Amino acid sequence: MSGFDFVATRFDAALGWGRKFSLFHYPFITACCGMEYMSTACAHFDIDRFGAGLTRFSPRQADLLMVVGTVTHKLAPVLRTVYDQMLAPKWVIAFGACTVSGGIYRNYAVVQGIDKIIPVDVYIPGCPPRPETVLDGLLKLQDKIQHQGQDWRWARKA
Amino acid sequence: MDPRTRLERQARPASLLLNMGPSHPAMHGTMRIMLELDAERILNAECEIGYLHRGFEKTCENKTWFNLLIYTDRLNYVSPLINNLGYAMTMEKMLGLAVPERAQLIRVLMSELSRVSDHLTCLAAMAMENGAFTVFLYMMKAREFLWDVIEQTAGARMTTSYIRIGGVRADLRPGWREALAAAVRGTRAVLKDVSGLLDRNSIFIGRTRGIGAISREDALSYGWTGPCLRSTGIAYDVRKAHPYLVYDRLAFDVPVGEHGDNYDRYSVRMREMEQSLRLLEQTAALVPEAAPLPAGPVLEPDEAIRASRRRRASGRIRLSPNLEGSEKERQPGLMTPDRPVGVPPKEDAYTTMEGLISHFLFFMNGKGIRPPKGDVYFSVEGGNGEVGFYIVSDGSDRPYRLHLRAPCFHAVAALEQLIRGRLIADVIPTFGSLNMIGGEIDR
Amino acid sequence: MGPESLIGEIRARLGPAVEGVADSFGDPVLVLRAADVRPALAVLRQPPFDYAVLLDLTCVDYAAGEGRFELVYHLFSLSRNVRLRLKASVPAGDPAVASLAGLWKNAEWLEREVFDMFGVRFEGHPYPRRLLTYEGFEGHPLRKSYPWRLEQPRLPLRDRD
Repeated sequence: MSGFDFVATRFDAALGWGRKFSLFHYPFITACCGMEYMSTACAHFDIDRFGAGLTRFSPRQADLLMVVGTVTHKLAPVLRTVYDQMLAPKWVIAFGACTVSGGIYRNYAVVQGIDKIIPVDVYIPGCPPRPETVLDGLLKLQDKIQHQGQDWRWARKA
Repeated sequence: MDPRTRLERQARPASLLLNMGPSHPAMHGTMRIMLELDAERILNAECEIGYLHRGFEKTCENKTWFNLLIYTDRLNYVSPLINNLGYAMTMEKMLGLAVPERAQLIRVLMSELSRVSDHLTCLAAMAMENGAFTVFLYMMKAREFLWDVIEQTAGARMTTSYIRIGGVRADLRPGWREALAAAVRGTRAVLKDVSGLLDRNSIFIGRTRGIGAISREDALSYGWTGPCLRSTGIAYDVRKAHPYLVYDRLAFDVPVGEHGDNYDRYSVRMREMEQSLRLLEQTAALVPEAAPLPAGPVLEPDEAIRASRRRRASGRIRLSPNLEGSEKERQPGLMTPDRPVGVPPKEDAYTTMEGLISHFLFFMNGKGIRPPKGDVYFSVEGGNGEVGFYIVSDGSDRPYRLHLRAPCFHAVAALEQLIRGRLIADVIPTFGSLNMIGGEIDR
Repeated sequence: MGPESLIGEIRARLGPAVEGVADSFGDPVLVLRAADVRPALAVLRQPPFDYAVLLDLTCVDYAAGEGRFELVYHLFSLSRNVRLRLKASVPAGDPAVASLAGLWKNAEWLEREVFDMFGVRFEGHPYPRRLLTYEGFEGHPLRKSYPWRLEQPRLPLRDRD
């Protein structure tokens, strides 16, 4: 391994560590799961313990898009726009059965899983998922961020 | 058809068109408000809903009477148990069922727990959007207290499907009295704190008092019910006007407002929570202690299933009272004896041939619950007002048509009028106080 | 005034607009002639009947068997504390009925919903536009002829990765 590779790997790890504990999330709340999102975000379960407590209500300031609740075909272009507005690096959590697969709503109105519209990193099952499940999903995402190749286009461009 | 909206067609060339939502921090749920502005003044507004239209009514037409219960949970997802209740009672009216007293009392408990959590969520969101984040955290804490009681009994926090046609699914769990008393105590303390934070808070009053006001005539003309209607001074409450369950035997007041503005809607909801807590205490005192289960040897479920392969199992099988079902000794107090409208006891289904057959017969296509032909309307008092179900049956195993009368549909229909002529900032508290719930309004 | 006499009085007042009276699980139901829906409801809204609240408006699709759509109105009178259900049938070929806009303020949205879901035209409606589905949606989802699972995406859908 060359010296540069070694430095780059360590830099990747450091960057991943930094990124995974400073997730600014944008909750795209549409439906029932929003109630459990509120519970998770509030004092009882306290998502802030895991470094994802800062809710940003503008997609331009967020790294993590949490799609919370059913996405219908009427709403699909909106979700796509919100996703496109986010800056890289960005991650997506599909929160709840409806976003994972359409859930119990297999009919004319509902998108059968948001991965038909945008790419998804972590799927959290449950209808709605309990807050513990959400926290587990968040930890899985943090693990993924830590171990993935980090994007540092900003450094290469210079 | 002209693809432009009415607002776009009618707008003056000089005015600014602004779009709020469907994904906007204050549009909890998804709704789009289009505004025609002169600086900050709203000249005209138009609302667009339907972003959470999940095809509830169409789906129900394709599900059996028993199976569609889970979809009713997800209508007004802030108080799912009241929706269960509305559907179950509509079906009971159609089938002519009488529900045991104990089940009725449990239903009242669950309705009132849901009502408090509904109002808590509405006011929490409304307060947060006006900058009172502390109130949000406090109220979410109180909601957790109540959901803990629901979870102990029903086995799930929100979408419980606990109230079934003909009764309830399981008995209250041992120790529920203490849990409920603690939850009521905790919620009272939170309400007191919130009152102290908001009631005379000049920022909150400045954003709510006199804003979003509606006259009684207009409120009726828009079909308002529930806390929104009561804020205008009309004391219409389905629990008083058309009593159901045991509400006619319970003492509670119907709080009303005066001006029909945002502050009155806040204050009516706060006082209604007090009344609901009062109802919870009264009802808890009325629920008799459960009779002890018969003595004798108790088999664990897997033990009983093993034994039943060789011979008919004897003795009682231990079942968790909440998660897997309810012991069949408990069923007489919880389910109507009239006709098999509930799932047959799990003990029998797993250990006897007759039980298994009745279980299959209940769930098979074309079998199960079969109401007579006809149409029926029944309503209960939900968190937002009159939750009505209109059901048409053609005598088959699934509904011909099922329609929900969503209370917040009518409330939100008035939003355009409420914000016209006001400032942009007034949209937020007005929208918050109407408690728009996506699952209910869009179905 | 008891429920029977109230129904009798309404029949007497509305005359031939009422085609029949029924009882459905204890609730009174009036069947109206479709052409008379608006004038009849305008009468019921005023005293002495005083049905000030339009509780609900929906539709049932009987197109396959009987070739008709049935509109179902629920009224509520606060002063008498009674509800009333009214029904009117329109032919499935060209379903149309007079709009209630102007009588009740929530009628506008309720009728937009029924138009969206069933394709019933409301004559005189100030803003006939879909309410729950979107521009470009073809057909009316709550009609029995609309397939339950026929999706009409607005975006090209991705393959799952």
